Amino acid sequence: MNAPLRRVGVVVMILFGLLFANLNWIQAYKADEYRNSDYNGRVQVAEYDRKRGNIEVGGTAYALSKETGGKLKFQRSYPDGEVYAHVLGYKPVNLGDIGIEQVENDFLAGTSDQLIGDRVKDMFTGNKTGGGNVLLTLSKGAQATAFKELQNNRVGATRGAAIAIDPRSGAVQALVSMPSFDPNPLVSHDTEAAQTAYNKLNRDPDRPLANRALSETLPPGSTFKIVMAAAALESGIGPQTEIPAGSSYTPPTSGSPIKNAAATICPGPTGTPVTLKDAVTFSCNTGFAQLGVKLGADKVKEKARQFGFEQDDLTVGQLNEGGLPVAASRTGDMQNPDGGTDPAALAQSSIGQNNVRMTPLQGALIAASVANGGSQMRPYLVKQLLAPDRTTSYYTAKPRELRRPVSGQVAADLQDMMVSVVKKGTGENAAIKGYTVGGKTGTAQSGPDTPDHGWFIGFALDKNGTPISAVCVELERAGKGGSAEAARIAGRIMEAAIAGSGGR
Amino acid sequence: MTAAAVPATSPVSTGEQPGVRLARSRRNAELSLLLLAMVLVAAYSATVEATVLDTVTPDFWIPAAALGLVFLGLHLIIRWLAPFADPALLPAVALLNGIGVGFLRRYDLAQAAPADREHLAIFAGTGGRQLAWTLAAVILAAALLAIMRDHRSLSRYAYTLGLAGIVLVMIPAVLPARFSEINNAKLWIRIGGFSIQPGEFAKLALLAFFAYYLVRKREVLSLASRRVLGIDFPRGRDLGPVLVVWIISLLVLVFEKDLGTSLLYFGMFVVTLYIATERVSWLLIGLILFFGGAYLAYLLGGTVGGPFANFYLRAEIWLDPFGDPYDKGYQLVQGLLTLGTGGLFGAGPGGGQPTLLPEVQTDFIFAGIGEEIGLFGLSALLVVYLLIVERGLRAALAVRDSFGKLLAGGLAFTLGLQVFVIVGGISKLIPLTGQTTPFLSAGGSSLMANWLLIAVLLRVSDGARRPVGPGGPAVRPSGGPPEQLHGAPTEVIRP
Repeated sequence: MNAPLRRVGVVVMILFGLLFANLNWIQAYKADEYRNSDYNGRVQVAEYDRKRGNIEVGGTAYALSKETGGKLKFQRSYPDGEVYAHVLGYKPVNLGDIGIEQVENDFLAGTSDQLIGDRVKDMFTGNKTGGGNVLLTLSKGAQATAFKELQNNRVGATRGAAIAIDPRSGAVQALVSMPSFDPNPLVSHDTEAAQTAYNKLNRDPDRPLANRALSETLPPGSTFKIVMAAAALESGIGPQTEIPAGSSYTPPTSGSPIKNAAATICPGPTGTPVTLKDAVTFSCNTGFAQLGVKLGADKVKEKARQFGFEQDDLTVGQLNEGGLPVAASRTGDMQNPDGGTDPAALAQSSIGQNNVRMTPLQGALIAASVANGGSQMRPYLVKQLLAPDRTTSYYTAKPRELRRPVSGQVAADLQDMMVSVVKKGTGENAAIKGYTVGGKTGTAQSGPDTPDHGWFIGFALDKNGTPISAVCVELERAGKGGSAEAARIAGRIMEAAIAGSGGR
Repeated sequence: MTAAAVPATSPVSTGEQPGVRLARSRRNAELSLLLLAMVLVAAYSATVEATVLDTVTPDFWIPAAALGLVFLGLHLIIRWLAPFADPALLPAVALLNGIGVGFLRRYDLAQAAPADREHLAIFAGTGGRQLAWTLAAVILAAALLAIMRDHRSLSRYAYTLGLAGIVLVMIPAVLPARFSEINNAKLWIRIGGFSIQPGEFAKLALLAFFAYYLVRKREVLSLASRRVLGIDFPRGRDLGPVLVVWIISLLVLVFEKDLGTSLLYFGMFVVTLYIATERVSWLLIGLILFFGGAYLAYLLGGTVGGPFANFYLRAEIWLDPFGDPYDKGYQLVQGLLTLGTGGLFGAGPGGGQPTLLPEVQTDFIFAGIGEEIGLFGLSALLVVYLLIVERGLRAALAVRDSFGKLLAGGLAFTLGLQVFVIVGGISKLIPLTGQTTPFLSAGGSSLMANWLLIAVLLRVSDGARRPVGPGGPAVRPSGGPPEQLHGAPTEVIRP
């Protein structure tokens, strides 16, 4: 019986050898992967071991960490949480993080490669230096105004968005999505309470967690006419050139006529001429519908693309990489099933209906490129990354052009027409005393039985013609008076942005 | 590789007679090794306190000292009742047992409110209970040594033990779930707040029966055979007992929903059968039967479900634990992450976070310890287990009677297999099953049963190393007829 006993001894050794080999696999080869796994609760405890950096706007911290004395040593908090929620996002214990908190996580947490010097120093001193600080481009005044004015809009809209950017640099001055939410309950260390708070927000039919300014698109309505006007100007039509309009227009092959918002706009039988400038000023649907059919789908789509439509990888954060994702704006399908252009779809698309969809950011970028002489600057939110000791700067934004959708001459003509909209047309509410304001209103049908969306895109120039702010305000399902209210809110936001930038 | 299982000194090289060279009792070696083990346990406790409390309390040595006293008591009993027992067994087991108590106490510290940590009573919490269980288990082991002066006396009760074993196995399966089910496995008898795992004791009883039965049947099982493809296969009618055990273990698999226990019983039986008959065919038949059965259960679980569904689920988790990391795969995933976090050197005793791992005090204790002592520490623990198993096998090699060989060999292998099943389970080598980790896991049943196992190994090794010849009390004078059939032919130990 001894021979089999010895063999059993060998078998046991083999079994233990297998255990040993497998432990090597787990504890040596896979160790790093398991140690840093998303499912590993220890990662969180380690994350809370070091004080997370601030996110600041105009010298005030709107995301900061306080010592707790608990197992997770620091509690994140967001003063004025609702106002900044969609920009800052949140950094919860167990849920996913979003916003600047997510995209700048490494720097805020202090694990970024840039902060390696601090980590090495910590090893010698035994201290725990906190994470770095992120300084945003936002203007406190413009952000607060945008939030307040959207909340208290006079048409009773419950959803909407506003975004303001500096046309010269692309720096975002304000970014608000309505309804907003308070991020503080989500970062509670009581993970069940945080989950409950999250579930409640996630189930809300108004979807407060969505960032409507960047990641939601809606039909832009007449604001799209600026793109159309740019295409017209480039195909030889001047601001004073007369284009056919009239009170009603029925595109070929389609039975349903396109009409103007009021009988007083471009009156007369189909084809009655109106200047391009007047067509913009009074938002003449029939004129632009016929213009679109004349220009053709390709030109319309190409112009929109040059303004930034169809770009699906734009992010707003730092200028080199990363940032909050931006949804692509689309001109959509304008074709018949047989592949040819459908004139009815093209006519509807030319007035920002049919399948045209735009983000508020894209609206603001159109206005900004017009204000900035045809140069569209890349939008960004992160102004500076500051070391934990606040002396060294690891990143300072250097503005750069994203694209050049129109020439300086076309931009000047468009500016002139948009200024006329605010002076004597549909956008009068946006006017700011002492500044030249231009813009374009938009009213877009949201569905057969739901109220229309109200839009306004616009810009403000100082006395020297220098652009200071470009803005887009969108009031979802605002109904009657929505675009006029959007224009008013846009004016107030730009006014605050002007005050914030020194009141030039 | 067989070197460890071979007696250190070869009779050829020394020219001594077997009886003479084994005359030393080596009890002093046992005592010093035991002291070393307890020093290690005390050092472990001190490190834990230094890490968790930032200070070492003046009382840190008390649990180690209490354990030391208990083991010292057993050591004295061994000196008295089994003076020639293997000297490495007690210190090795004491080390594992001590680390187990130390880790459970460390787990209590993590569970306690920070303010209470420094004043945790010695017998409080899981660690304290484990300490008390250790005392009970060691007393039981000492009692067994006292009652069973010769391991062969066990064979007198073989049928009783066999019956008791089967009854113990069957009780949880027959009991309603609320009396027997914990964590989805029906392995328990629960009365009030008290629960025992009868299977832990059943394996000892069944093994004693197997050893007795196989010693009587080995001639028939090993000689009557047909040769197929160069391997001797047994006659159909001799397959009977194997099939019975196979069916019992499959029933365990299905009704107690536990692959580990089933694998343990079956592996135990097949290996004893192999040792008894020296026929590789039995191993092959056993492996094919078991894996075939398990695969069949897996297929049935996937299609029919019902009683096989649990096994199917476990196999699915094993194949892809990260497929459902927050629900079904949670335990295994957390176990792997805990082991991975430990890495090569671990976070140091007290430096880990055992509270993040479910069942860390029982099934997953090896992972919980692994987070703190790392790959190197776990490898050392595996070596200690291996030492115990190989020492048990060595006792089997050295003992002169067939029953003793089968008993010690089977028990040693069973211990090794159990370590393989649970450690392999938590490290995703094989599907996870709810086995206890011998001497480490919290729980009285497991601790007592495994200490009884060690007592039997001690007794057998004592019988093996005891000097032969005049004055040798345990073994009959050479040349005399064997007392019983199973006391059968004395074998010379071959190197």
